[in-house]
Amino acid sequence: MALLGQYLVGGLATGSLYALVALGIVLLYRSSRVLNFAHGDLATFATFVAFTLLTTFRLPFTMATAGSLAVAAVAGAAFYLLILRPTRDATLLGIIVITLGLALVVNGAVVQIWGTETKVFPFPLSDTKVYHLGGVVISQVSIGSFLAGLVLMGLLYLLVQRTRIGLAMRAVSQNLVAAQALGIPAKKIFALTWGLATALGACAGILLAPVTFLDPFMMVDPFLKGFAAAVLGGIDSMPGAVLGGLVLGVAESLFGGYVSVKFKTTMAFLIIIGVLIVRPEGMLGREYKRRV
Amino acid sequence: MELKERYEEDLFLVRGALAWTALLTLCAGLFLLPYVARNYVLFTLSLVAVNAVIAVGLNLLVGYTGQISLGHAGFVAIGAYTAGLVMAKLPWPEAAAAWGLSWLAALAAAGLVAAIFGFLVGLPALRLTGPYLTIATLGFGIAVHQVLTNWDRLSGGRTGLFLPKLFFGPWRLEERPLYYVTILVAGLLIWVASNLVRSHVGRAFVAIRDSDIAAAVTGVNLTAYKTLAFAVSAAYAGIGGAMLAFILRYLEPQLFTLFESIYYLSMIVIGGLGTVPGSVLGAAVLTVLPQQLAGLKEWLPIVYGAAIMFMMAVEPRGLYGRWVKIRLWFKTWPF
Repeated sequence: MALLGQYLVGGLATGSLYALVALGIVLLYRSSRVLNFAHGDLATFATFVAFTLLTTFRLPFTMATAGSLAVAAVAGAAFYLLILRPTRDATLLGIIVITLGLALVVNGAVVQIWGTETKVFPFPLSDTKVYHLGGVVISQVSIGSFLAGLVLMGLLYLLVQRTRIGLAMRAVSQNLVAAQALGIPAKKIFALTWGLATALGACAGILLAPVTFLDPFMMVDPFLKGFAAAVLGGIDSMPGAVLGGLVLGVAESLFGGYVSVKFKTTMAFLIIIGVLIVRPEGMLGREYKRRV
Repeated sequence: MELKERYEEDLFLVRGALAWTALLTLCAGLFLLPYVARNYVLFTLSLVAVNAVIAVGLNLLVGYTGQISLGHAGFVAIGAYTAGLVMAKLPWPEAAAAWGLSWLAALAAAGLVAAIFGFLVGLPALRLTGPYLTIATLGFGIAVHQVLTNWDRLSGGRTGLFLPKLFFGPWRLEERPLYYVTILVAGLLIWVASNLVRSHVGRAFVAIRDSDIAAAVTGVNLTAYKTLAFAVSAAYAGIGGAMLAFILRYLEPQLFTLFESIYYLSMIVIGGLGTVPGSVLGAAVLTVLPQQLAGLKEWLPIVYGAAIMFMMAVEPRGLYGRWVKIRLWFKTWPF
């Protein structure tokens, strides 16, 4: 029983990080129909920026995080304005290929600037300090990242559902032409969405860094899982992204604990394909109907 | 302007004296090359042939049928390992192996097994589109890689799988003979693909890409043709993988990662989506270019990524699309 609880807690902690990554992907897909394959690499880049701010410039953790998020937001918005905006007529495949190209460039740049060796990210919470809750062991980092994930999701919810900017974002995603006709500056909103999504990815990266250590490929697996979680939950649904992330995290942790660690990722994808065969639009996605 | 008077004239793949001259020169050049070029050049050209087969197959699926696949390295891996296992693990009699039966069987088995897997992956594709299909194929590619890495008894795991030497009668298939085999197989498969895309099957593929609902209404059996597209594409990838195994004679799971899937995808995007010559062109460029830039190995991802983005921004129809435009300009000049 304690073992089960342990797996559940571990799964929820990783799942909340998957959910954060998934939220960034969903945010972009909803507004601009772009599947951003560079999401993970932009996040890695931002995490390395935070690392440099922390170690070379010796800034306090909060300021370093803020700086890194700002850099991430600017990078995301710049990518949209400089590359995606001029090529906005491209097909879904074309856009996927463009973001894959960006992923390669950003990843290559990270390797060039910071090198490939693993680094330890100085995080204010400790991985070795643990708490016991009824037989279940939880590390300080897990609690911290889980709570931070919850807070970020809450903030994002408030932003999208309760502010004028969020209203504009939803309007643009529902009907671009109508939104523009009503005077919403779509270009600015898209740039803002890109900045926001990339910053969310950066948060996920910083929260992951103490667990996975810092290397240029640290976000590859979390990004794929986040992407999978987004699809599992329904790629146009933000609650779906959170649910998908948590379900994926727990399922993976249970499978890894009881069956086999080696085939954890394979199982995760098989589950997703299974779910998609039953519900092609994901768990919480809207059933898609198309005009012919 | 060229004027066609009979229906048959419209069916010729190669039209006009100029095109025939170009084609025959190319064939003669490829045939005579081993007598002048160094082995390294032959090796590179064999790799181009392998990648061309894979790219043509992928283009049948992505460019013609409009089904995104981000797991194509999985099919290549299945083909390569099938060929490797057939050659290394089956008890071939001495004479059969000496007369090349083992590698011919391996080639056929690779295509067949990959096609079966392609059919299986095609089944979820019947209900999935866009991002959902992307994640399904991506998951397939990752699953194949992980199974190959962890199922040691099948694949040799991380230590890899060694292939025996290839024989064909008196010849040992290395360098020059192997180069001829890969070029021949590639030429044959490219010819088949060129004919396939202008048959009723190819037209059904294009109809599905442009609008699957409209295609179904006009009588295209979506179930049959979507799974067929996956199966054919996977068979091409499998045969490409088998030839890769023949060239390298050593297989390890790291040869077939997500990066390779992206690499194959960028070949057809740079070459030209929905064109057979474009796939070959893209495969050639993306095979030769990295070898020439070997001194800049760390910069390769950046160069690649930038090239892909540049290509999509400037010429979404790819290199072949640009070539068609240039040709048109000369044909219609001075208008």
